[in-house]
Amino acid sequence: MKHIFSKKNRALLSELVRTDFKIRYQGSILGYTWSLLKPLLLFVILYIVFVKFLKLGSGVPHYPIYLLLGIVMWSFFAEMTGLGMGSIVGRGDLIRKIRIPRWIIVLSSSITALINLFLNLVIVFIFLLINGVDITKSILLLPFSLIQLYLFSLGVSLILATAFVKYRDVSHIWDVALQALFYLTPILYPLSIITRILFQKLLLISPIASAIQNARYVTVTKETTTIGHVFSNQWANIIPVLITAITLALGILYFKKESKNFAENL
Amino acid sequence: METIAIEVKNVSKSFKLPHEKHGSVKNIFVNIFKSKKGYEKQRVLQDISFSVKTGEFFGIVGKNGSGKSTLLKLLAGIYSPNTGSIQVNGQLTPFIELGVGFNPDLTGRENVYLNGALLGFSRAEVGKMYKEIVEFAELSKFMDQKLKNYSSGMQVRLAFSIAIRANSKILLIDEVLAVGDAAFQQKCFDVFAELKNRGTTIILVTHDMNSVLRFCDRAMLINRGDLVAIGKPTKIADEYLELNYESAENNKTENKSKNDVTKPKITGFKLSNKEGKTEHKFKPGQEINAEIFYKNENKTPTQFGFQIFNEAGVYCFGTNSKVAGLEPLLKNTGSIKMNFKADLTPGTYFITVASMNSNSTVVYNYKAKIADFRITKETRYEGVALLPHSWRA
Repeated sequence: MKHIFSKKNRALLSELVRTDFKIRYQGSILGYTWSLLKPLLLFVILYIVFVKFLKLGSGVPHYPIYLLLGIVMWSFFAEMTGLGMGSIVGRGDLIRKIRIPRWIIVLSSSITALINLFLNLVIVFIFLLINGVDITKSILLLPFSLIQLYLFSLGVSLILATAFVKYRDVSHIWDVALQALFYLTPILYPLSIITRILFQKLLLISPIASAIQNARYVTVTKETTTIGHVFSNQWANIIPVLITAITLALGILYFKKESKNFAENL
Repeated sequence: METIAIEVKNVSKSFKLPHEKHGSVKNIFVNIFKSKKGYEKQRVLQDISFSVKTGEFFGIVGKNGSGKSTLLKLLAGIYSPNTGSIQVNGQLTPFIELGVGFNPDLTGRENVYLNGALLGFSRAEVGKMYKEIVEFAELSKFMDQKLKNYSSGMQVRLAFSIAIRANSKILLIDEVLAVGDAAFQQKCFDVFAELKNRGTTIILVTHDMNSVLRFCDRAMLINRGDLVAIGKPTKIADEYLELNYESAENNKTENKSKNDVTKPKITGFKLSNKEGKTEHKFKPGQEINAEIFYKNENKTPTQFGFQIFNEAGVYCFGTNSKVAGLEPLLKNTGSIKMNFKADLTPGTYFITVASMNSNSTVVYNYKAKIADFRITKETRYEGVALLPHSWRA
């Protein structure tokens, strides 16, 4: 374990992330700008559909920002798990021919997604300022939500990456599962449109949903229903944290057990 | 100070070969109902044990499919053994392929940094060596072009000049490294020699016996997953050639048992000069006497074959006693003499002899590289053969 962030591994990690980024924007005129432009355009679409046409969330102040933050965090989860799942198979050439710690490959894909998340958050903050949202000290709690989301995504990525080596069906299953998760997470709709408290509770124990709601609460508006509110107890935050910890532990164990056979199974 | 760099103990490895391409969830269900395994087990290595000393140049030889590449990947830590253990003392860098991780969409410069990182260098370290790498590869003008616009030769040159910077104590080198044109191969070999002088432990996996003879201190031969022999390169070279020959023969005449005591055997060989004195150094064009000793208990009609190979393995000359008009020999023990003029260019040559039946369809006994001799560098002749010649103006 002590070698995890040795000089060598850090150099390798940064080089892999750099390559990922360069290749992603190869041959495009706008290049890196796309990282910022994409969430912006997506936001415009969702804003027109949900705020202007469907008139959802009229009870929530700064609903467009509220919506944007949710989308940005969800996109991060979707992107990171998608990249993570394909990372081991995609780097098969390396794994078969050179000895590098396999987890570095999954980690590098997660960092690529993380960089995108931060670029997107810059956009969110610009909108926060433009919209005149009252930024309070509670924004300092935002990193906790992001860390929870990142660690949960990492656990899921490790499981998916490992399973994908043996079973290529996983990518199709995950496509569907992502869709289901998307609608099971209060991203587009405010939680208040769900009337039964039990369902609200069930939706919010998801580490993704609770992270998004907490993040909205501390940055955008205190009108957000968080897991603490639904259970009327701040200690309820422990549940998604536990789920995150268990997912990550399972991911690490599964990955560790299978990773020594990656080279021959690929 | 003899320390062990790599210790391999009772290592076995087998692969599961799926019957169909890649398993899927559907296959799992289908196979449960069929109660049939979706794969076959293929044993690749069986109970291999050996050790390599620090600073040694160690060769692993075997034919295609003998398991040598699997062994290399096990040593490199890419595969893990089913049973047994592998202990490596010191930093180890495998070179299974040049330019691992090279990306055609990145520029030459970016690829240098990426490949460097894969070999364990930080950005700053690669930065320091960058100029040397580029100069060694002779590609200064092309570094800002994308790799996909490089010729394959340029890519190999670039990859090789990064690879040789790897500063580890143990290097694993696959034979694929030695591809390329003659000049590049020479460059590779020069680097190997230099690394050897520096005290690096090197393990070379190859089927080219010449490079083993040229560089290795010790070698081992594996065949179909079994360790056949381990020892001096010359000994391994002979075993290897015999193995190749035997398997070729076995395919031809399957019912010929290998340990047939009744078959005519070659028991000795002698090279001498015109005066009959044992000699292994000759001048170009000098007369050489070769004498093959044999034992033929059943008085089987036998004739003898004689071949000369040069250092690079080129088959320079071959003949047999029947071609020369000799009747098949019927004596139960004795010798046969062959006299030839060494019209060969300077260098080292190897002699291979064989006993065969009268129409050369069955080889009774094959002795690869039974002897070697040198042709001294009197004059500067080049090529393989020394043709009688004269100049006129």
